[in-house]
Amino acid sequence: MILAALIMNTQGKPRITKFYDHVSVERQQEILRVVYSVLSSRSGNLCSFVEADDIFGPDTKLVYKHFATLYFVFVIDSAESELGILDLIQVFVETLDRCFKNVCELDIVYNFGKVHTILDEIVMGGQVVETSSAEVMKAVQDIWKLERVGELNPANIRGIGHYKNSRS
Amino acid sequence: MESWANVIMKKAFKHGSQNTIDQLKTIGRELSMGTQGNWLSSKEYLDLVKAIGEAKSKAEEERIVMAEIEHLKKRIMEPDVPRKKMKEYIIRLVYVEMLGHDASFGYIYAVKMTHDDNLLCKRSGYLATTLFLNEDHDLIILIVNTIQKDLKSDNYLVVCAALTAVCKLINEETIPAVLPQVVDLLGHPKEQVRKKAVMALHRFQQRSPSSMSHLLTKFRQILCDKDPSVMSAALCALFDLVSADVKGFKNLTASFVSILKQVAEHRLPKAYDYHRTPAPFIQIKLLKILALLGAGDKHASENMYSVLVDVIKKNEPGKGDPGSNITNAILYECICTITAIMANSKLLGLAAEITSRFLKSDSHNYKYMGIDALGRVIEINPDFAEEHQLSVIDCLEDQDDTLKRKTLDLLYKMTKSSNVEVIVDRMISYMRTLSDAHNKTEIATRIIELTERFAPSNQWFIQTMNQVFELAGDLVPVKVAHDLMRLLSKGAGEDDEEADSLLRSSAVESYLQLLAEPKLPSILLQVACWVLGEYGTADGTHNADDIIGKLCDVAEAHPGDNVVKGYAITAITKICSFEIGAGREVQLIPECRSFVDDLLASHSTDLQQRAYELQVFLGLGADLVRKVLPVNGSGEEIEFDRELPFLQEFVDSALANGARPYLDENERLGVDSGMSSFVSSSRSHHEPSHGLRFEAYETPTLAVSSGSAAVPSSLLPDFEESVTEPTRSVRNQTDSSQVDLLGPEVARLRLDGVQRKWGRTSGSSQPSPAPTPVSEQQRRGSGVSEGASSNNESSPAEPRHDTYSSSFEGKKVQRVIPAEKQRLAASLFGGSSVQKGSSGGVNGGVKASNAAGNVRPSEKGVPSRPVAGSGKEKNWSAAEPKQASSSLMDLVDMSGDDLLPVHDSKASYDPFKGLEGLLGVPSTAASSTPAGLGKSTMDFMSLYDSAPVVSQSASSLAGDSDVLPLGHRRSGGMDGANGVEGGLMDLNMLPSVSPLAGLGELAQSSSSSSPSTGVSDKKGPSRQHSLQKDAASRQVGVTPTGANPALFQDLFG
Repeated sequence: MILAALIMNTQGKPRITKFYDHVSVERQQEILRVVYSVLSSRSGNLCSFVEADDIFGPDTKLVYKHFATLYFVFVIDSAESELGILDLIQVFVETLDRCFKNVCELDIVYNFGKVHTILDEIVMGGQVVETSSAEVMKAVQDIWKLERVGELNPANIRGIGHYKNSRS
Repeated sequence: MESWANVIMKKAFKHGSQNTIDQLKTIGRELSMGTQGNWLSSKEYLDLVKAIGEAKSKAEEERIVMAEIEHLKKRIMEPDVPRKKMKEYIIRLVYVEMLGHDASFGYIYAVKMTHDDNLLCKRSGYLATTLFLNEDHDLIILIVNTIQKDLKSDNYLVVCAALTAVCKLINEETIPAVLPQVVDLLGHPKEQVRKKAVMALHRFQQRSPSSMSHLLTKFRQILCDKDPSVMSAALCALFDLVSADVKGFKNLTASFVSILKQVAEHRLPKAYDYHRTPAPFIQIKLLKILALLGAGDKHASENMYSVLVDVIKKNEPGKGDPGSNITNAILYECICTITAIMANSKLLGLAAEITSRFLKSDSHNYKYMGIDALGRVIEINPDFAEEHQLSVIDCLEDQDDTLKRKTLDLLYKMTKSSNVEVIVDRMISYMRTLSDAHNKTEIATRIIELTERFAPSNQWFIQTMNQVFELAGDLVPVKVAHDLMRLLSKGAGEDDEEADSLLRSSAVESYLQLLAEPKLPSILLQVACWVLGEYGTADGTHNADDIIGKLCDVAEAHPGDNVVKGYAITAITKICSFEIGAGREVQLIPECRSFVDDLLASHSTDLQQRAYELQVFLGLGADLVRKVLPVNGSGEEIEFDRELPFLQEFVDSALANGARPYLDENERLGVDSGMSSFVSSSRSHHEPSHGLRFEAYETPTLAVSSGSAAVPSSLLPDFEESVTEPTRSVRNQTDSSQVDLLGPEVARLRLDGVQRKWGRTSGSSQPSPAPTPVSEQQRRGSGVSEGASSNNESSPAEPRHDTYSSSFEGKKVQRVIPAEKQRLAASLFGGSSVQKGSSGGVNGGVKASNAAGNVRPSEKGVPSRPVAGSGKEKNWSAAEPKQASSSLMDLVDMSGDDLLPVHDSKASYDPFKGLEGLLGVPSTAASSTPAGLGKSTMDFMSLYDSAPVVSQSASSLAGDSDVLPLGHRRSGGMDGANGVEGGLMDLNMLPSVSPLAGLGELAQSSSSSSPSTGVSDKKGPSRQHSLQKDAASRQVGVTPTGANPALFQDLFG
């Protein structure tokens, strides 16, 4: 399963942290520190996997991708496919990019909640639940419509959510 | 607006400065957010983020966040915060907590927000609670109800939000509350909802399999869901289920195979394609499940052959094309499946082919997968590795640490005796580059394992181990060091003495070299000290002074490391002994002298003792030293029988004579616990089996030369009828000689300790760890002899010499003793004579020492020596059980005498010599108090655990306790640390509590010959007195005088 999904910038500041098993705040900070120190010590053309048994226990790996100023890091155990997760990160980033049009670090900072929503559509309870960025977009946009309508007129909210199933 | 921002950015790109780009981006984003009606962020939030982003230092950031927290605290508690505001506050709380600050004051508001009717607020509430709370948080109970309600909502977005929350927040206890609703949702019209419901069920299954057991069939049904995405969600759960119980899902094999076939053949809607690969994530999951199902199952495996070939063919990239990441992910998964199941040669061939391609790839990711795949393939076909040697070596030399580690993993799997040297060499050089403890420990463990399994030669083994010690230092388990020492001491296992000594010489050389380096880890120093001590002078190339000098340097360079110091001083002791044994004069070099002096005054009782041992050795004759510390005597086995069957006869006869049966210590303590009962108990009732004996043991006044060496009055301050003296001095002398004997034994035992650590830890091979008396005794002994000789110039010297020579040198101990024993036996059962008594006493002394040594019966000298003590059953039974028991009897008897407060008894004084140790015990117990009894106990314990060395004291103690009381032997018999504890307790109690009493009893009841019994009744000092005395002596002990020798002098006058 996926143990955690982290986005941090190249200075080590966390942007999104999501742990699928509970981790105390202190431990989260420690993990972020260690993960950052590992990643920042790795140069560009090395492989995208780092064995993380000293951080998360035996048989765990960090799978990460480096985009511009951000690291996208997924912590996985042996039940996930490393290369697959690499593509999942790709899906995640593609989706963010679609949402924010040329996504950059600031989008993620300012749209903290939105990014969480997107992530929740892709990974649920540590399992990959959706791998198509189009599908994720659809789901997320449903919610955002709701946001907008809700802001204009909260009474209309009840109408939203009864969208037809787009894929079937 | 967005496009405007982009235009600015593009311009900035042209101008090239990264800094301006960032700034412009910021501006652009802010502008776009302001105008686009950003749904969460207010100005305040943006300001916060910006301020944090611009913070120059950690401290500044901290300050900003703390201010934000204060602000939020105030605002959030205000009444009637508008929903939208509240939502923003909550999001800001999440942000603050992500930065590592405590936001727990706001948890309750997040929970409250989940109750909101507004879907937006509800979602934010759920988001925040899933991030804030764990499933066992107290607030969860407030959410369960809301979740239940939301799961029934007719708005699927609400349901989805609730399902997401369920995954994180529901614990084992609350599962039943929501389970029915979640199960109902499996029939929801929206596929998104069904999918999430499956995920939630999967999560329940992980949390609490028992509450889900009735629903397992559900997962099978979901597999047939008309929507592929729901089916794929079920695969996640099924993967877990199958790995937990393969057999139960064998019947699904065909279904999985057919699903995989359909997916691979592109039967799913295009929407499931990812980079033109059909539903790759589903394929990967299916392959993983098939790997589980096919493992070790020929039939199931055969069903998979064709589909696997299909999948590989579909994903195989064209020539020269590296293939997309995702197709390679599928291919790698195919390799995993093929190597897991019982594959045919065609599939294996394909797997090998793909592996080769991975290994030859330029991408580090593929190389990594290739190395992993290679590891899997060679488990089936070991020869396959050879083709790829070069690729593997490349990976090993790659700068990528992950790849290197992975390759080392692979090599570790590939290690054989033919390549172990190369591989271990690689591992060691990799270890050199590591700095973190975790990885170092891991690789060190592997190196050690490989080295132990495949080492081509002992020489290589030792060198490798040294390197490991050097690099990993204290991360290496102590056991490894002990194994190394054992290897050296036992040699190659064959009886090839020459090879062994070569090995040892080379070890000595290598350690001498190593010691020249600064900053060695403690464990390596320990091994080095041990080796130098044991074999440093063995081959004659190094002279003793050089080695001793080195050892002193080591100790000096590590002033804080008592263990190393202990090893060093013991090594010096050994070298000196070997020198003495070889008939050479030993003159300690000055730096060694000062080192020893330091230790003599050390706060560590252990080090002190070792230093005293060394002193004792220096005063011994060559014969004796050779006996007690033979060259290369460390490799012998020890047998130990704690049942002490050879004593049975004696015990029986004692019982038959009316002795009270032995009571175990707890019982005794129980009896003794009421102090008042003692005090009030009648004086005449003098040999209460379980009574405390506080009074000092008086010396029988037998005429030796009169009075120079006075009784250490400081020890017995209240002892009015202060006993006469010469006896005492004689006694002391005897004692010291006895101690001398003991000392070596003790030193030997140290090695035993090592040995025992190595050996099976079965109870029987454990020496009975017991209280410290011997070590104490010994120290006291030497202290006494010093004191005595310095105080009394003439008289004490003579008796000492007498006793000494007569009992040890003159009589040639080994030969004389059997005869003496017989006499002793006679004396025991027939009547006592001075002479007999005296020899008995000596014997007893020897026994005492021997008993200490018993723990390691293998000692060469031992069998011929007076065999005493209980631990020695081997010798006992082998030689003359009768004598044994009789002498033992004698021993006990003597001790009885000794114990009894006799004033003018006509008994020979010799017995006391024999059991001087007993007398010594109380005083030493007292004298050891300065260190703090409790503390020293701790010391011993810990040392016993950690260092072989310690067992020496423990075992010597065991010996001592053997000599002491039959009644006491149990403590010797106790095992392990417990024993030590028990023993130490005894030690602490000794002055006051029972073991001696038990002895007294025995003595009284068993021996008509014991001359003193009657007398003592009349003349023993009152218990009150003795209590006071004891207190006083403790008092003396408690005021430490810094250097203990001085203390001893105080004590003994």
